[in-house]
Amino acid sequence: MTENKNDKKIGVFVCHCGINIASTVDVDKLVEEFSKYSDVSHTENYKYMCSDPGQKLISAAIKKHKLNGLVIACCSPTLHENTFRRLSENSGLNAYLCEIANIREQCSWVHEDKTEGTKKAIKIVKTIVEKVRKNESLTPVEVPVTKKALVIGAGIAGMQAALDIADAGKKVILVEKSPSIGGHMAQLSETFPTLDCSQCILTPKMVDVAQNPNITLYTYSEIEDLEGCVGNFKVKIRKKARYIDEELCTGCGICVNKCPSKKALDEFNVELTTRPAIYVPFPQAVPNIPVIDKENCLFFQKDACRICEKVCGPKAIRFDQEDEFIEEEVGAIVVATGYDLLPITEMREYGYGKYKDVINGLQFERLLSASGPTEGEVRRPSDSKIPKDVVFIQCSGSRNPEYYKSYCSKICCMYASKHAMLYKHRVPDGHSYIFYIDIRSGGKGYEEFVQRAQEEENVVYLRGRPAKVYQEGDKMVVWGVDTLSGQQITIKADLVVLAQAIIPRNGVEELIKKLKIQTDEHGFLSEAHPKLRPVETNTSGIFLAGCAQAPRDIPETVAQASGSAAKALTLLSIDKIHHLPIVATVDEDLCSGCEICIGTCPYSAREIDEEKKIAIVNEVLCEGCGSCVSACPSSASQQKNFTDGQFEEMIKAILE
Amino acid sequence: MKKIAYYPGCTLKTTAANFEESAIESMKKFDIELEELDRWNCCGTVFSLATDDLMHHIAAIRNLIRVKEEKSNQVMTLCAMCYNTLKRSNQRVKSNQEDLDKINDFMYKEDLNYNADVDVLHLLPYLRDEITFSKIAKRVKKSLNDIKFSAFYGCTLLRPKEIQIDDPFMPTILENLITALGGETVETPYAIECCGAYQTVNQVDVVVERTKVIIDGARNQGAEAIVTSCPLCAFNLDHRQKETKKKYSKFIEMPVFYFTELLAYGLGIEFKKEWKDLHYVDPLSIFKN
Amino acid sequence: MQKEISTKKIFSKLLEKFETISGENTFNCYQCGCCSAACPVASEMDLLPSQVMRYIQIGLTDEVLNGNTMWICATCYACQARCPRGIDIATVMETLRQIKLRKNEDWTVLGKIDVDELNKLPPIALISNLRKMTG
Ligand SMILES: Cc1cc2nc3c(=O)[nH]c(=O)nc-3n(C[C@H](O)[C@H](O)[C@H](O)COP(=O)(O)OP(=O)(O)OC[C@H]3O[C@@H](n4cnc5c(N)ncnc54)[C@H](O)[C@@H]3O)c2cc1C
Ligand code: SF4
Ligand code: SF4
Repeated sequence: MTENKNDKKIGVFVCHCGINIASTVDVDKLVEEFSKYSDVSHTENYKYMCSDPGQKLISAAIKKHKLNGLVIACCSPTLHENTFRRLSENSGLNAYLCEIANIREQCSWVHEDKTEGTKKAIKIVKTIVEKVRKNESLTPVEVPVTKKALVIGAGIAGMQAALDIADAGKKVILVEKSPSIGGHMAQLSETFPTLDCSQCILTPKMVDVAQNPNITLYTYSEIEDLEGCVGNFKVKIRKKARYIDEELCTGCGICVNKCPSKKALDEFNVELTTRPAIYVPFPQAVPNIPVIDKENCLFFQKDACRICEKVCGPKAIRFDQEDEFIEEEVGAIVVATGYDLLPITEMREYGYGKYKDVINGLQFERLLSASGPTEGEVRRPSDSKIPKDVVFIQCSGSRNPEYYKSYCSKICCMYASKHAMLYKHRVPDGHSYIFYIDIRSGGKGYEEFVQRAQEEENVVYLRGRPAKVYQEGDKMVVWGVDTLSGQQITIKADLVVLAQAIIPRNGVEELIKKLKIQTDEHGFLSEAHPKLRPVETNTSGIFLAGCAQAPRDIPETVAQASGSAAKALTLLSIDKIHHLPIVATVDEDLCSGCEICIGTCPYSAREIDEEKKIAIVNEVLCEGCGSCVSACPSSASQQKNFTDGQFEEMIKAILE
Repeated sequence: MKKIAYYPGCTLKTTAANFEESAIESMKKFDIELEELDRWNCCGTVFSLATDDLMHHIAAIRNLIRVKEEKSNQVMTLCAMCYNTLKRSNQRVKSNQEDLDKINDFMYKEDLNYNADVDVLHLLPYLRDEITFSKIAKRVKKSLNDIKFSAFYGCTLLRPKEIQIDDPFMPTILENLITALGGETVETPYAIECCGAYQTVNQVDVVVERTKVIIDGARNQGAEAIVTSCPLCAFNLDHRQKETKKKYSKFIEMPVFYFTELLAYGLGIEFKKEWKDLHYVDPLSIFKN
Repeated sequence: MQKEISTKKIFSKLLEKFETISGENTFNCYQCGCCSAACPVASEMDLLPSQVMRYIQIGLTDEVLNGNTMWICATCYACQARCPRGIDIATVMETLRQIKLRKNEDWTVLGKIDVDELNKLPPIALISNLRKMTG
């Protein structure tokens, strides 16, 4: 037995985690080992420490043995550190005297040999015992919450989140990059599975957003910079110059009609048509204020024209307008930046980008839409003929780890079905064929929808991924296969529609860097936990919604947006939040005031106390990252409960 | 005159002698001598695909040792299959030291050890990248006069992606050469497909079907002739037209050229009788001047 | 006829051999059929390339080895250039040929081919067709 050199009374609790730990780690041996420590007053093991009886057992031991340090040997701290710290606090022991020794993820799960596993588990627990010996009681830093939310992206996801938060009485700043809110949903014709008109259900919501007194809308704007942390973010917004005085503009549209430069590709119609240099993306746009696209404007390019300026009644054109910067403070952020389709040039085997009559799904939506370039008559781009045979190719670029994207884009099965069906409604004597690999129609009424396409609408489903599309005369020939019949198949089609893979919104990487949040390998935003925290990011106070996280349809997007709004509201409804007290400290006697730490701190939490001429820490801003501690040349900076002294002992314990 | 080490391969000495001669003659016009290796052997013709079959790469690697013996670090090929085989074997040993060591051990009698440091070239990309098509266009003496050609790439210059000389789905290199020579090109979906390859030995019918589809496809797009880069494609598409005609009496024949024959023609080199004799369908019928 | 299958039949020695020679994992194939759609000579095959993959996946290797698919295959790589799972189907075909050839069973019987015809052929045709035998 080692001598008790301090007045510590530590409890060591070893969890079996069912058999997760116990099958590779001898939990009895652990108890035996640590009961030898003079400052370990109590040790025991139990099947599930996190369960109610498990927690009761710990609580009772804390009280009975008057423990002043706690080591729980169990799973990763990301899972149950909070659980046990809360328990500790509730049992009268400061939460920061409780530490987790991870013997599951770092030991039992990655080893097979029980003897070796046990040895390693002992080492892991030993280091944590060392740490706890020198842990101090800490009190969380209290921070007031700014009761305002920021929503980035105003597609259906961002709009829904903003409306929910606003309806609960909280202020929302809604920032949208493009000139109008609405996102991709505004481009859709009718929506599965009920075939209700997308614009009819969307535009009223857009108006709600515009009129809601709690929502401040910044369109044609982007996030320039973000500082601070949960409860208190400082955001800088760049409001790009529209070259229009928004106060004066009445939205009459005469400028748009008179603009002579009409060659720019129309983004809203997915490049099927062109638009003027001064434009409103679509008639129902919110706000209904035009934008001048500098690249195509004759004034900006050639110093000529200025026709819009001449025709504008209220004199709202402002060629000298500059980008504006707005600073806002918010407590919570919802990121809803949506998606794009895999670019036009990618699918070379399908002649995409080369043949006009090979188009993507969103282009087909525009051809179907009553507000589209053909007013809802399906006419193909090359010669405006009504196509009589249309081939739809699913999984174009999806489920293709070798060349494109490995994941399933999730919504294409459903919209391909919808496309084929709507096409039949528009062109009753037309034929439609869908090449699919698997049909994924999990959703309320979805399977029935696909069945209807097959049974009632005579859509021909062919199972297989086509190899090639090429032009022959005025036909697009598709070389495919039907694996169910084992036949190679050729279809001479008039139009080919590719269900291109859904990818994260172009340009979102920059935003992500500014927000310091994470993405998966494909660039979709990462959730904090795939099952239990699906709308939170790993950065507290930042939530996510819609296709920015993964491909999904409108119902799921809306549900998730409401979920993230609820999470944001939870945060905004409390007055103060507690910030981890594991912050940096400065030893006044050692600090020389060299200021090295000030430059190293990524959170601007360091400043110089002018009177004492030493560095100090703003505990509210400090995230406990430790950069300053490692940078400090005089060892004056230490991080609470992660001191050099503690680390030294921990390392010794491992090496013993 | 700049010299480049040149590996002919068996077929360029027999059924594709016209390919070789036209290439050598043409390159001389650009002050380049394709200097045949003193010693060489068959490359093996197809890259051995079995992972456990290193033996079949020895023939290819031995030729690369010959290149080193002639103090060169690059070797020009014309035959698409030789290019494919040499280049892939080279890449295999380049990326796998163990394989390289084994092969060197096996060939211990060779004077040199191979270090996987030879570049395998093919004439087509060389024309595009080094000579350049614009320079070729300037040297044209006899224009192809808007004759419509259908390019036939076949497989071995485009696949697999490690050795591709152009976009594997939408190649343009042959078309661009023809355009430089004053000809016209038509597009067919078959340009990058297979001619039936070695099936021509024992399953002539497979090749006949391919030949029919490919030639008919070219004709439907208005082509008057085929231009190719592979001696096996050339044989199948040209000589197998005989069997194709036998099977399909309505089939209309079409001449098939090596790109180098057209290059030579354009540069004003005489289209020799010996070249013509190696063709099945009369090649000269399409020349209007 | 019903085919009796079992995991024993599927995960056989032959599969092991197959995977060693080819370096491909058969179960990586998810039957999209793109290889079959691309194959220029599939019309002459008993089984489409994707069906060959499927047959191997469920242990019907005899049917594959007795069929003609691998012999019709021209190693043109149209399949390999498109397979979304990066499977080299051309190599799969070569592997099947190797399994037969290593037992001295070849599809090409030279004796049956006319000598005049043989003399006409380009060497690359002959060697690429016959070099299999020396494997
Ligand atoms: C062809 C097709 C057909 C479809 N049909 C249907 C259907 O019938 N039924 C159905 O339920 N679903 C359908 N969908 C799916 C539907 O489009 C999506 O579920 C929905 O649009 C997702 O909304 P979102 O808000 O997440 O993304 P988006 O609609 O993409 O909105 C994102 C918004 O964020 C903005 N933004 C992006 N980056 C930034 C930034 N850095 N700063 C500020 N703002 C930014 C964008 O400009 C955009 O306005 C279809 C999809 C496609 C491709
Ligand atoms: S292309 Fe690849 S994944 Fe698709 S069926 Fe063929 S082998 Fe399988
Ligand atoms: S390599 Fe063989 S299986 Fe693959 S496409 Fe070519 S002929 Fe068909």
